[in-house]
Amino acid sequence: MTILSRHEQKEIDSWLKRYPEDRSQSALLAALSAVMHEDHYLSTEKMDAVADYLSIPKIAVYEVASFYSMYELDKKAAGKNTIAVCTNVSCMLNGSDKIVEHIEERLGIKLGETTPDGEFFFKMEEECLAACCGAPMMQLNHVYHENLTPEKVDELLDNVISKTKKMSGEEANNG
Amino acid sequence: MSDKIKIIINDQELEVTAGKMLIEITDEVGIHIPRFCYHKKLSVAANCRMCLVEVEKAPKPMPACATPVNEGMRVWTRSEKALSAQKDTMEFLLINHPLDCPICDQGGECELQDLSMGFGGSSSSYQEIKRVVVDKDIGELVSTEMTRCIQCTRCVRFGEEVAGMREMGATGRGDRMEIGTFVEKSLSSELSGNIIDICPVGALTAKPSRYSARAWEMLQSPSIAPHDCVGSSVNLHTFKNMLTRVVAGENESINECWISDRDRFSYQGVSAVDRVKSPMIKQNGIWKNVDWNEALEAVAEKLKTVRKDDVNVLASSQATLEELYLLQKSLRGIGVNNIDHRLRQTDFNDQESMGLFPWLGMTIPEIEQQDAILLVGSNVRKEQPMINHRIRSAVIKNNAKVMCVNPFEVDFNYNIESQSISSPADMLLTLATIAKASISLSKTKPPTGLAELLKSVRVNGDAKVIAENLKSASNAVVFLGGLSVQNPNYSVLRALAAVISENTDATLGYLAESANTVGAWLAGVVPHRLEAGNISEEVGKNTAEMLATSSKVYLLLDVEPEFACDNPQQAQKAMDEANCVISISPFASDKMLSNADIILPSACYSETSGTYVNIEGKWQSFRAAAKSFENARPAWKILRVLGNKLGVRGFDYVSSSDVRDELQIACDSVSGVNNAFEVIGRYSVSKPAEDSVDDKNCLYRIGEVAEFCGDSLQRRATALQKSDLKQECIQLSSTEIQRLSLQQVEDGSVNVNVNVEQGGENISLPLLVNNLIPDGCVYIASGTQASSVLGSAFGNITINREKTV
Repeated sequence: MTILSRHEQKEIDSWLKRYPEDRSQSALLAALSAVMHEDHYLSTEKMDAVADYLSIPKIAVYEVASFYSMYELDKKAAGKNTIAVCTNVSCMLNGSDKIVEHIEERLGIKLGETTPDGEFFFKMEEECLAACCGAPMMQLNHVYHENLTPEKVDELLDNVISKTKKMSGEEANNG
Repeated sequence: MSDKIKIIINDQELEVTAGKMLIEITDEVGIHIPRFCYHKKLSVAANCRMCLVEVEKAPKPMPACATPVNEGMRVWTRSEKALSAQKDTMEFLLINHPLDCPICDQGGECELQDLSMGFGGSSSSYQEIKRVVVDKDIGELVSTEMTRCIQCTRCVRFGEEVAGMREMGATGRGDRMEIGTFVEKSLSSELSGNIIDICPVGALTAKPSRYSARAWEMLQSPSIAPHDCVGSSVNLHTFKNMLTRVVAGENESINECWISDRDRFSYQGVSAVDRVKSPMIKQNGIWKNVDWNEALEAVAEKLKTVRKDDVNVLASSQATLEELYLLQKSLRGIGVNNIDHRLRQTDFNDQESMGLFPWLGMTIPEIEQQDAILLVGSNVRKEQPMINHRIRSAVIKNNAKVMCVNPFEVDFNYNIESQSISSPADMLLTLATIAKASISLSKTKPPTGLAELLKSVRVNGDAKVIAENLKSASNAVVFLGGLSVQNPNYSVLRALAAVISENTDATLGYLAESANTVGAWLAGVVPHRLEAGNISEEVGKNTAEMLATSSKVYLLLDVEPEFACDNPQQAQKAMDEANCVISISPFASDKMLSNADIILPSACYSETSGTYVNIEGKWQSFRAAAKSFENARPAWKILRVLGNKLGVRGFDYVSSSDVRDELQIACDSVSGVNNAFEVIGRYSVSKPAEDSVDDKNCLYRIGEVAEFCGDSLQRRATALQKSDLKQECIQLSSTEIQRLSLQQVEDGSVNVNVNVEQGGENISLPLLVNNLIPDGCVYIASGTQASSVLGSAFGNITINREKTV
């Protein structure tokens, strides 16, 4: 019995097909992404389940999960939407500090925190995402947004919030 | 591979094998290159960069561990360029290494300390704050201080490549990379202690000996490990005459450079609280310390006055060859033939057909060349960790097919071809099907003694495949392990194994329990044989016979009957009813104090000179590392005096080597060892009592000897005992738990107690779900404190549901 959801298993299975049978570890990155997609973070239990599912040592999963910054290991990170502002050299020179400050003020949280309603997680530190020509930039739910200004950020966040409201409204109506 | 090429190292011309790494060559010829991550038994990582050397035409210094030698290559290991590269590497390595050498256990034997003295600078350019790594508890055996780690990854590679289970890893990245287990967990490998030896710094040190002595204060004595049949080389470290720790010794043909956790940490038992300080005699129920002369007089008096058939001698096969030989010689000298070391064996039907001694059938390194291995009744990983390591090498290097016939599923650390699992009572049927398959494969006739049994079974596909695998392999072996010896039908299993090996051209080999099982056979500590395998005219009683009916006198050589015998209840009854129990042992537990009448304190393995004969038949002598505890004496000396007091001739030995030499001369005249034997005579199969078959609460007990309970020393090693809490659990499969309507427990939790009854005794133990145990069976290890009141390790046992809470 695995605690992986059916969707997660299906996703992992589809990746497993692309690699030789004795190389199941190759599907690890994709497997962890599938879990991230559902839970927004990687719990030890889910990582263990992935290890068992792929028949690889648990520590091999921990190593990969703790290496890549696209995976979050802290439950605090389990916000519905992830904001990651690049603060590397190019973005910093183009005012990423202001963008960070603006988001912190707007959401009332600091870097590395999640809003009390669990809607937004503001990622602690994002390395260069190779979009320097559009600095300052951020990732909002893994989508690139470049040439940011506080106004543009507000617009993006408003969009996300109204979408969420609409969805929960629909759910309420349907219910 | 044998291509020889010429290279020049430091202007020295060398002819070397092509394809080898530079560091292998320099190690061979004695040119020292500093290194941390390189280890000759592990894969090359080349991540510490300490072994950088200058190579002609290479623009940058090259790591010697990852640079293969080429024709005409010129290398300088101590040129300005090489030394400066090494010095700079050292400065980087020391950036985050704490300066806590004065309180570090590794101080004085630290590779980082040594190499920084030899190759480092005297100051650092680094002025910033050093990083700190939070420690995690990884169990009772290995202590961590990961801030000291230089990330050489030797421990990580050891886990993957040698221990066969990755428990340590490198998590995080960049300057936040850490070596550890990530989650808090105890290491579970039976070889985990080796990471202490290979860690070049003080990040992984031995927990039980932590802070007990500095490296330079200890004396090192080479010795032989006492807890399995291979006789690994160990180094005993003593501080102020106290055995403080044990580290691995090197012997390429036996243990390479690894030892099991059991051999590393059992030394704690030497300083157990129940070590006996002086000879003691019980008078009117009160123990009195006496001098050696008085005690030995009393023993001799007792032995002389009783009928010789009333004397029963039980000896531990962990005792040295000299002790066992003198025991046999002195007792046989006065006409006592009831002498045995096979304490956990219950079926002695075929003892006459045993060869000179149970032999591996090959040398230990030859195991790696096998193509097919059939294990019959062996949890080889726990029983014989070093043999298991060789089998693992056979699987990895030689694609060997390993198959096993066991009473429960074993958790192997390599790929297994097949596991045939059946209850201990049905094991012989499983083996019989394989035997039958092998007979039809080679178109021979079954031996008459087994004809009936073989007729009653039908060959199935699995058995056929196993027989074919053995037959088609160019090197095949059938190993009989400890779970076979303990089986109530051992003689039948042995005969079937012989049939299989004969019909498939496989070698028959034994994995004997103890360090000196072979020595015990050679010394004549069996009822039917004298020293060097000579046939005894009078056949004495075997262990089972000695304990089945009580007798007047029991003489025990390092034997605690309630732990060491198959059936503790029966052994206890025999002790209770005897009118004199004499114990020669380093220890006296409360039980021993109540059982015995005379106690003669003997030395532990670290305090006596002696010899162990390993499963290959190799004699390995060792010397004492420390003086005997208080007034205890090496057992060979005790027995020498006893022999003289009994008036037996030829007890004028000056040293233990005199004893060994005498026996060696006797053994030299014996011709080659051979495990093959003719299966003749009728084999009867003993079945569990019929009356209980209908009782649905009655299960068959699997009483494997717990990993750390094999002998008196291990049972007193506190860290080992704490590291295996599962040994005192009742283990059942979840289907069996359901069938018995016991309260379901979660995997790994031990908060429900189950009550079992065997032979009128009740005990309650925590329940552990273990789906490797077959239905109809319950796993309760023997040799443990809890099971020391139970009956036979392999027999019926009843689950008491009313008393279970």
